[in-house]
Amino acid sequence: MTLMVPAVNVAALKDTTLLNMGIFALFVAVTMVIVFRASRNNKTAADYYAAGRSFTGSQNGTAIAGDYLSAASFLGITGAIAINGYDGFMYSIGFLVAWLVALLLVAELLRNTGKFTMADVLSFRLKQRPVRIAAAISTLAVCFFYLLAQMAGAGSLISLLLGISDWGGQALVIIVVGALMIMYVLIGGMKGTTWVQIIKAMLLIAGAAVMTFWVLAIYGFNLSDLLGGAAETAKNPAVLNPGLQYGKSDTTKLDFMSLGLALVLGTAALPHVLMRFYTVPTAKEARKSVVWSIWLIGLFYLFTLVLGYGAAALVGADTIKGAPGGVNSAAPLLAFHLGGPLLLGFISAVAFATILAVVAGLTITAAASFAHDIYANVLAKGNADPDTEVRVARRTVIVIGILAIVGGIFANGQNVAFLVALAFAVAASANLPTIIYSLFWRKFTTQGAIWSMYGGLASAIILIALSPVVSGAKTSMIPGANFAIFPLSNPGIVSIPLAFFLGWLGTVLDKKTEDTTKQAEMEVRSLTGVGAEKATNH
Amino acid sequence: MGHDAQGTDAAASVDFKEVQSTEQFQELRKRHRSFVFPMAIAFLLWYFAYVLLADYAVGFMSTKVWGNINIGLILGLLQFVSTFAITGWYVSYSNRKLDPIASEIRHGIEGHEFDKHGNPVSGTAK
Repeated sequence: MTLMVPAVNVAALKDTTLLNMGIFALFVAVTMVIVFRASRNNKTAADYYAAGRSFTGSQNGTAIAGDYLSAASFLGITGAIAINGYDGFMYSIGFLVAWLVALLLVAELLRNTGKFTMADVLSFRLKQRPVRIAAAISTLAVCFFYLLAQMAGAGSLISLLLGISDWGGQALVIIVVGALMIMYVLIGGMKGTTWVQIIKAMLLIAGAAVMTFWVLAIYGFNLSDLLGGAAETAKNPAVLNPGLQYGKSDTTKLDFMSLGLALVLGTAALPHVLMRFYTVPTAKEARKSVVWSIWLIGLFYLFTLVLGYGAAALVGADTIKGAPGGVNSAAPLLAFHLGGPLLLGFISAVAFATILAVVAGLTITAAASFAHDIYANVLAKGNADPDTEVRVARRTVIVIGILAIVGGIFANGQNVAFLVALAFAVAASANLPTIIYSLFWRKFTTQGAIWSMYGGLASAIILIALSPVVSGAKTSMIPGANFAIFPLSNPGIVSIPLAFFLGWLGTVLDKKTEDTTKQAEMEVRSLTGVGAEKATNH
Repeated sequence: MGHDAQGTDAAASVDFKEVQSTEQFQELRKRHRSFVFPMAIAFLLWYFAYVLLADYAVGFMSTKVWGNINIGLILGLLQFVSTFAITGWYVSYSNRKLDPIASEIRHGIEGHEFDKHGNPVSGTAK
């Protein structure tokens, strides 16, 4: 078999636009029907936010994989491996290993102590108002930056997939994606959103599996030959070694450590992932969900290794970089090379579905946090009528949807990695220390939680604002200005330890102590599941 | 008022401080922590050792072992293997050492358990 590859004709991609749109429309139609059917039982707040706690561990695990494997994972990692070789693979590892933090330290204990949101757990034995407000603010901040990244990603993808390259056309597509997302969440609530995630996760994993099998078949199922092919097309054997992207200087090396820290500690603190643990009836099912999602996500990231090197070998880094959509086009171009327009259409539709589903999951999390934490527990002081609370949540969905559309249009063409890194760093800095301390440290106090959450949130955002991602470099958001006094593009290595330190300092300096009865209740509940809310009966 | 995270439930009138001080609960707490803490430290050390090697020991990681497969790739794939292995280990540990004692304590407090459809079930089997 000859390993000479014909060049992918990027111009020919335009002919497949109608097909792409057709497959995408089919996906939307099928999922809309499912969302309508799922919505018939949305009566209470537990139905709307937590899908009546009626999903099984394996269903929820698939939905978690759907939430987690965003377009950034599929298109971003495949592209990173295709261009930067081994350094791209290190992202996959960080994203996967991070799940052990969720499995061992967070998932089950959180399911046992909370009801709807992350703030339920954080404020369990501390002072309600200040802790809930802080947790809701950091939830909204993480969701908003994550949303912007997804919407901006949608915009830049469209230029390749649908052949729309003008600003107005892309803005229109962002509006369509945003409007669809608002409809899913308004009608379907958590149950509808979860079904969309499940379908999307299965399509994505199946599509990636087919392409992986195909690439491996071309190389006679010999991984070494595939790697050799990638090195040969790149004319650079260093694509197989670490350091191509991050080994340039001491600063970039430190930057990779910082990113590695944010990735491994950020996942277990992402509000939209945490909220998924409430959709199952028991802690044991929460554990099963994480196990199921670890297998699916791990399998998928193994596929991305083959797909990334496959794209490097069969399509070539130069063709990928030159295509509209740049690095993100590696997976679709590989699909086109392997299976022609039909496979490209399928993979493109899956990529769109991915963005739609992840955006819906983020929106419902943000809406739940606003309605449940800020409206019901702070503004209405815990006396809100559940129907009113759900109504507030639905209105919040519309507001967040519109904000995401507007933000997405303006963030279109911006550096998407910046927004994703900020979301992970903010989650790891603002949320994780308080989650861990309140679950495991008896003496932890309200002051410690407040210092840690606001300190982590502020330091992460300020350091990113002062980093080369925002100014001072050619790739910056504001290339003309230079106020980048912080040299790293990811703040994790500073802001995460700082947030842990502030949580400790705030606690030891706090003259007040917390209610030991509440601490006992939280500890007993978290480990035994006593009194944890069961599935609602329909 | 205060946290209403749980709503009404059978455990509302329980003296949690008393439950917390029982030998049975202390044993559950010890078993849980003595597994998850060392395991969390171990996998984080192993992960950061790998990141440091990839970051600062490029020559070592680039050593070819078999064909084009180098030490870096093998260590990377071993991160996948260790993640899957720790997951399996934790599940089996929970099933054997944590779940039985946790449900015993729970039954002692609630007196009964619900299945996932909300119907009461008797016994420890699920």
